[in-house]
Parts: sequence; C-alpha cells; structure tokens
Amino acid sequence: MSENNSGNEHTSAAEFLKGLWDENPVFVMVLGMCPALAVSNTAINSMAMGLATTFVLVFSSILVSSMRNLIPNQVRLTAYIVIIATMVTVIDFLLAAIVPDIHKTLGAFIALIVVNCIILGRQEAFAAKNNVKLSALDGLGMGLGFTFALLCIGSIREILGSGTLFNVPLFSDKFEPWVIMILPPGGFFTLGFLLLFFNWYKQRRKVKKV
Amino acid sequence: MNEENVHTEDAPKEPSSGRLIATLGIAGFFSGILLVGAYLFTLPMIQANKARALEAAIYKVLPGSKSFETLVLKDGTLEVFKNAEASNQGAPPNSIFAGYDSTGALVGIAVPAEEPGFQDIIVGIYGYNPSAKTIIGFEVLDSKETPGLGDKIVKDMAFKTNFAALSVEPELVVVKKGQKKNPNEVEAITGATISSKAVVRLLQKSIGNWKPAIEKYIATAQKDKQ
Repeated sequence: MSENNSGNEHTSAAEFLKGLWDENPVFVMVLGMCPALAVSNTAINSMAMGLATTFVLVFSSILVSSMRNLIPNQVRLTAYIVIIATMVTVIDFLLAAIVPDIHKTLGAFIALIVVNCIILGRQEAFAAKNNVKLSALDGLGMGLGFTFALLCIGSIREILGSGTLFNVPLFSDKFEPWVIMILPPGGFFTLGFLLLFFNWYKQRRKVKKV
Repeated sequence: MNEENVHTEDAPKEPSSGRLIATLGIAGFFSGILLVGAYLFTLPMIQANKARALEAAIYKVLPGSKSFETLVLKDGTLEVFKNAEASNQGAPPNSIFAGYDSTGALVGIAVPAEEPGFQDIIVGIYGYNPSAKTIIGFEVLDSKETPGLGDKIVKDMAFKTNFAALSVEPELVVVKKGQKKNPNEVEAITGATISSKAVVRLLQKSIGNWKPAIEKYIATAQKDKQ
C-alpha cells in the first residue's frame, strides 16, 4: 500500500510525533498564520480553533488517502478542496449546535479553515501518497501540533492581555492588563517572540550535538 | 484507463474528460448528501440555542418578568403571534416581546434592534417601559467590537447601569463619564466612545420607529380590558 513511503523507515509513531514538534505547522513550517494570529486572543478560542482544524485535517486525510487511487491527477486539487470544504461546513454546523458561544466568537474563521494551507498542504504532501492509517496519524499529529502552537500564543496573550487563563482570574485587581496583547499587534509580538525562542532552542541543540 | 499509475510522474495516457467530470460529479454528489444530513441534524439544535439565548435576553432586559408573548407588526398594528411555541421556528422578523410579571401585569416591551458599530453591526435588545417612557434594560446579543475596548459595551457593568432607568424624552444624550445629571443622559465608556455612541443611536432610532405602534397597542389593550 505504501508505494511512495520513502523507504518504509517511517514508523506510525514518527508520523504522529513529527507534527507536534520537529515539523510543527506554526513554529517550524510557519503555515496557517491567519488563524494563528486572528483567533488566538484567548486560550479557549485557540483551543476550539485548533481542535476544529484537527477534526478537518484527520477526516480530510482519511478521505483523500482512501480515494487516492480513484482521483485522476488532473482534478486532484479540486477534489481535495471539495472534501475539505465539506468537512469544514460539517464542523461549522456542529459547533453552532453544540457550543454556540465559541462558534460566535470564532465567527468567520471557522469557514476560513477551508483555505488553511496546513490542510491542503498535508493532503498534497502526505495523504495523496500514503495509506489511510499513516495519513490519519499524520493529520492528527499536525492538528494537535497546530492546537499546541495556538494554545501557546493564546495563553500568553490572555494572561498578559486580560489577566486570566481560560477565563479564570490569575492576578489581584492591581494587575493592569496590557490591552495591546489582545489586539492584533499583540498577536504579532507573541508569535514573533515564540518563533525567536523556537529557533534559538533548535540552534542551541544543533550546536550541542556537534 | 490508468487507475494504477495516476500518481507516478510519467503517466502514459491522459484520462478522458468524461472520467474527470464523473469524478468531480461523484465527489460533489456525496459531499452534498453529507452536508444536507449535517444541516438537518444540527438545525433543531441551532434553532433551540437561538431561541434560548433570545428568551434569556428578554427576561434580563425586563427585570421581574416571568412570561412573555410575541407581538408582530402587521400594517402598522401590533398583533399577538400565537403559535410561537408550537411551531418552534423562533419569532418571525419584525417582532417584539411583551413581558409580564407573576400577577400578569405588563413589565415592559423587549425590542431587538441593530446598528452599525465600530467594526460590524451591533445587535442588541432593550426593555422599554411604555407607561414611564423609560428604557429599563439593555443587552448586546451580537457584536464584533474591538476586544478590550469596544467590547466593554458588553462587559462594562457601569455602562449597563446607564440603562436601568433611562428616560427617552426628550431624546437620549451621550455625556462623558461621571457627568450624568439628567435621566435622559448616557455616560460613554472611556476608550469606547464610538461603540457607546452606536448603542445610543441604536436605542434612539429603534424607539423612534416602535414608539407609535407600542403606544397604539397599549391603548387598545387597555380599552379591551375595560
């Protein structure tokens, strides 16, 4: 089944774990910046966005992978987009039905999961060439990596910008929230510092290994 | 056909257009079925959520109310909308809600209204006491105002107290924080002046539109009782 699976050296665990850290979609590949900046102003929004994206990634990967030999090469991108858009609309309906408050705050960004580069990128780069099991694990890993990254940004922004985490107050009344952190510039600042930290850490590990 | 080697670089034959169209047609067909299924499955839950949110807001803006009935505007006259609960389809457009306390006396009328704010349309609902001609409560149902600044119209408790007993006559006036002297003045939020003014504009416009119909309805209702 795994005809293009570069030498079969990848184990299932490796396919799952790479998305969490070594190939983290936000901190390493710098994909999906639009939701990472726009809906990361609170931890709960970040988590909802991350999990919604994970759902779409996993189910799109399963569908694309299971139909990879039926879809002609020439129309594959169109077919992938149809599959992704269907999954996004389903999760949009489900969120509106089950958690209306979160659906309201995420607003248009749910629908915009369709054009999140991570999703189409994983279908084209992985699910189209690998079997269903590996594709599902790849999607799950990437999705959880994305959720982890969003949660990092969201927690920092919420703690500094509102003085709360998951709506639980952390400081006494004397803490004056840094309003800029929950505004768009705060998203850029936080992401910039986190990227700086990740690259510094990676560099240091490389130097140590040598 | 080249089903076996569609993903190899050197596919010898192009698949026919018919196959391409069929593939996308089939994909679209199944996607449609899935979407209709998901829509039908979630629709009753989504409608129930909306109805619950509206109901909660009505009781909030009409303090002391225990029940309400839906009034629909037809040709300039308000009529009681009977099958609101039976159909479970929510209230029809152009409807307002009369809230009653436990003895059956009218507490006030809850009116939904909307007005462009700083970022997007602010949708709110307010309680209006027609006999005292005052606003007795206001809640934002939906807004995308700037987090931390404009969204204080939702979160700022001091701003909300503006609408506990706000006279609508002669008209609503926005003043700076701490300068409220008359019952028709609203203290704006520091740092959210545009959003505060949008709320006042929302109330002013909506009161102007609804007041004649509400007064007419109250007058006929009193006549009927006598």
